[in-house]
Amino acid sequence: MTRPLLKVAAIETLSPLVKRFRFEDPEGAPLPVFSGGAHVTVEMADGDVLRRNSYSLISDPNDGSGYEIAVRREDRGRGGSRYLHEAVAEGDLLAVSPPANLFALDLRARRHVLIAGGIGITPFLSQLRQLDRAGQPWELHYAVRSRAEAAGLALLPESAHVHLHVSEEGSRMDIGAILDGQPLGTHVYACGPEGLIAAVADQAARLGWPAAAVHSEAFAAPPPGEAFEVVLAASGRSVAVGPRQSLLEALEAAGAEIDSSCRGGACGRCETAVTACEGRILHHDHWLSEAERAAQTRIMPCMSRFKGARLELDL
Amino acid sequence: MPQTEFTPSIDSRPTYAALVPQGSAPALMVADAAGAAALADLASADAAVMDRAHVLLVGAPAAAADRIAALGPVSVHPAPDAEAALPLLAQLLSTARMGTQLYLAGGEGLIGQVAAQALAAGMAAGAIQAEHRGPVARRMQCVHCKGFTEEVETDPFTCAHCGLTLFVRDHFSRRLGAFQGVCVDAEAPGEIPETREIRP
Repeated sequence: MTRPLLKVAAIETLSPLVKRFRFEDPEGAPLPVFSGGAHVTVEMADGDVLRRNSYSLISDPNDGSGYEIAVRREDRGRGGSRYLHEAVAEGDLLAVSPPANLFALDLRARRHVLIAGGIGITPFLSQLRQLDRAGQPWELHYAVRSRAEAAGLALLPESAHVHLHVSEEGSRMDIGAILDGQPLGTHVYACGPEGLIAAVADQAARLGWPAAAVHSEAFAAPPPGEAFEVVLAASGRSVAVGPRQSLLEALEAAGAEIDSSCRGGACGRCETAVTACEGRILHHDHWLSEAERAAQTRIMPCMSRFKGARLELDL
Repeated sequence: MPQTEFTPSIDSRPTYAALVPQGSAPALMVADAAGAAALADLASADAAVMDRAHVLLVGAPAAAADRIAALGPVSVHPAPDAEAALPLLAQLLSTARMGTQLYLAGGEGLIGQVAAQALAAGMAAGAIQAEHRGPVARRMQCVHCKGFTEEVETDPFTCAHCGLTLFVRDHFSRRLGAFQGVCVDAEAPGEIPETREIRP
């Protein structure tokens, strides 16, 4: 995939932990427009480590003059967000993938209920612009710990359909009450921590919502774990995976040809066949079925790890 | 009456299994005379399905309406035919909330029209169940004049609107709630294959 170099046109602090980055073509050429909920993957050459993180686009999907993302600094994360916060300056050039969308609006819906937890607000910022342009009814519920951490507030439109829930102030979000009594044709979208997504799915199921009307996106970062080794079947070469490195990152660093997009276990692009497995694959993705996981013949290198004697991949 | 067994066909040809009760969720039920028995079977599997159910009976005798009313739904609305039933259904759909289940039982023409209206009202396909009961007859749309012919039992058949002789395809439109009928002798006018009864 071609990852064009884009210029960091602006960096703005939105909250103590969140910064907004604006990318533009260095020559000022228009960028491809996208759809609400789309993300890009940003490449960062951090010393001798090549980091790739995916971020939801928060700018107007119809505006090709630039792409904007909001990045929360994760000090205990693997380093990508810290690198963006600390090492990247206006005027720098970064490789940014074309937009892809794993969290698109279902345009058959009559009404859209958007539920965000914390930095999970980001995909909704572009979706809201798409919904407003299409004249589609929506309501947004945004749950945050404190007002100071509610980075999305500055980016949200002034609207009676935006509901802020601040747990520090005692206004916790009641998902059951939000979903109960919604008119026929409503779809719900959740983005945020796993717990929030599970709670929305549970409440929707309890109220008899069909699964097709319930959408979610968890941009989970690859979990750290114990170091392990992986063998590439074609060459017999062995690649070491560090405790804070994902299998995908280790394979990329070793020069293995492997496609990827979301890097969060959701899109399925990096799915790889397992040719030998003596041990247990620690599946952390949302892509493989229960049966596929149990068979231990497929792995999603962006998220999953391995514990055991030998793991060989069809690479 | 046993459930209808469907001949293997293209994936888009809808087939219908037995209705499965979804507890006491809010429900809309639409059935014709033959389908009313499927609603009774549904309630005997789980009586709670009637707790919050509105039932629309299309062309069913008064005795069938009485039998359904005895199962304790919120309301029973009899209608002489689909044309009379659809505005009633539109009203029920306009006040329905997410989580409402739609149970359909009877002929394919009724199932197709009601499902199409429910989908157009925003209901998700996953909230719609249908069970085929009664005679095998199809609601057909002529691809040439776009007119609908109801209760088609033979292949080929004559379009009730433009008079062309139409081949009964298994190609089904969810939006229209109808199968597609295509001129059978367009290439060689007058060469019409033998008329057969259509299969389920």
